[in-house]
Amino acid sequence: MEQILQYFFEYKEAIFIIALSIFLGIEVISNVPAVLHTPLMSGANAISGVIIIGGIILVGHADLSKFSVDLVLGILALIFGTLNVVGGFAVTDRMLEMFKKKKK
Amino acid sequence: MDKGIILNTITGFTVGGTLLELSYLVAALLFVVGLKMLSHPETARRGNLWAFGGMALAMITTVILHKNPDGKGISLTNIWIILAAIGVGAAIGWTIARKVKMTAMPQLVSFYNATGGAASALVALLEYPNAVAGDVGSILVTVLGLIIGAVAFSGSMIAYGKLDGKVGDLMKPFMTYINLFLMAVTLGLGAYIVASPNPPSEMIWAIYALLGLALVYGVMFVMPIGGADMPVVISLLNSFTGIAAAMAGFIYNNQAMILGGILVGAAGMILTVLMCKAMNRSLINVIVGAFGGGVSAASGEQGTIKEITLSDAAVLLSYSQKIVIIPGYGLAVAQAQHIAQELDELLEGKGVDVKYAIHPVAGRMPGHMNVLLAEADVPYEKLVEMDDINPDMPNVDVAIVVGANDVVNPAAYDDPGSPIYGMPIIDAHLAKNIIIMKRGMGKGYAGIENALFFNDKTRMLFGDAKNSIQKLVTEIKTM
Repeated sequence: MEQILQYFFEYKEAIFIIALSIFLGIEVISNVPAVLHTPLMSGANAISGVIIIGGIILVGHADLSKFSVDLVLGILALIFGTLNVVGGFAVTDRMLEMFKKKKK
Repeated sequence: MDKGIILNTITGFTVGGTLLELSYLVAALLFVVGLKMLSHPETARRGNLWAFGGMALAMITTVILHKNPDGKGISLTNIWIILAAIGVGAAIGWTIARKVKMTAMPQLVSFYNATGGAASALVALLEYPNAVAGDVGSILVTVLGLIIGAVAFSGSMIAYGKLDGKVGDLMKPFMTYINLFLMAVTLGLGAYIVASPNPPSEMIWAIYALLGLALVYGVMFVMPIGGADMPVVISLLNSFTGIAAAMAGFIYNNQAMILGGILVGAAGMILTVLMCKAMNRSLINVIVGAFGGGVSAASGEQGTIKEITLSDAAVLLSYSQKIVIIPGYGLAVAQAQHIAQELDELLEGKGVDVKYAIHPVAGRMPGHMNVLLAEADVPYEKLVEMDDINPDMPNVDVAIVVGANDVVNPAAYDDPGSPIYGMPIIDAHLAKNIIIMKRGMGKGYAGIENALFFNDKTRMLFGDAKNSIQKLVTEIKTM
């Protein structure tokens, strides 16, 4: 029991962020009209590309003096992350552009 | 690679470091605001841009301001490599996003989700050796990020293949057990890695084994799930990718990543539940239960199929007052949305009231049909949601079902043995006349019989949807 409490104490900020973000995510999404489900899914998907920051940090501090598999994998992670971010936002924009066009 | 795992370490105040944190706060807020705006039709497009702005900001400040725990910034050579990698990814992502057909949208979302999952899994894999032995917290998030990211990657790739028609369904009764076993082994190995007192450098074999297991599990997880349930799976895997990104956020103690990831995770979960509701299925049922090809009680009771000629159909439509078009994926496959819009315009010119009834899961993804019709310039006001059109259905002169099947199957009401029993449907069977455009007598995506085809009021118009509507338009014009 005490050990569990200790974990909570150690990671309390993280746990707070998680708990609040979950509620935020649920609140933000509920009541979304079915029309927007596909663009919303695609837009949210692009946001999950935030992992790209991890890729930047990885490659940013990589040791370039020698070739390593890790460096290649890191660059790969960065490319994948960018694909997710740029492709996701671009395709969402394209979908939403169509909704707008016929609104006038 | 350098020490990345700084979970819970308190670093001293620096101007650069604080500015970086501040930029992450702004980015996180932009994600929240963007997502909120994305869920309203008027603000959706701006919301998407705001969220992108947040992402761009976080990327730029990370490149300029990020320092590793030794206080070393990112050197110029590394920046060039980062920019090159981002350039490659952006060019590919942008090109695909611009060129893809709107009908292929579900596949594309699935593919991008796979790339996000892969990035998360790779980051976790590469950060693992930097963990301190016995630091349960950081090893736990690394292992979780690796498992969830890898499952999201391989699962999404299979979902992509299925939607694109490259991968078939594989459903064997024993697969449920294999999957449970695989999941147990994967989680067991994960727990072993977390609990092990050995330094990570001696556990590299285990982390690669874990990656392999998680990848295989992702494949096996999606493989048996039927095509009709694919949107639910994509949404679920989308949620996974968010969680995986959040786990990586813990590795770097990066609040923007944590918040963004969890936000997407929670939103994806809600969307998944909403979709399950639209299909009247529970999530467990989707994941474990077999769908499609099931034995339906309705297979016995059939009737006669009555066809309609083009000229009869043209007359019927021209002299109607109220017509409802019920589009399904067949319309999208045949690329018939533009010609359907032409038919609609032609009939409107004759004083006929034409509306489109959109089922929440019409197309291959919720809301997919709206996107397709919007592409064909169908006005927003003409698209009526299922719950709004159903009460009006008995007053409809002709319901035209184009390439839809399961969403108008009355078995959902009266056949408890049917796999779609209880699913809300569009009440096409209540209309005064029903015209069904279909390529042949094949079954729907869910693979079940449809009693609507044998209804007395139903007339079939066989042929490719685009072709049929095209001929119909010509016929009405010459009348």
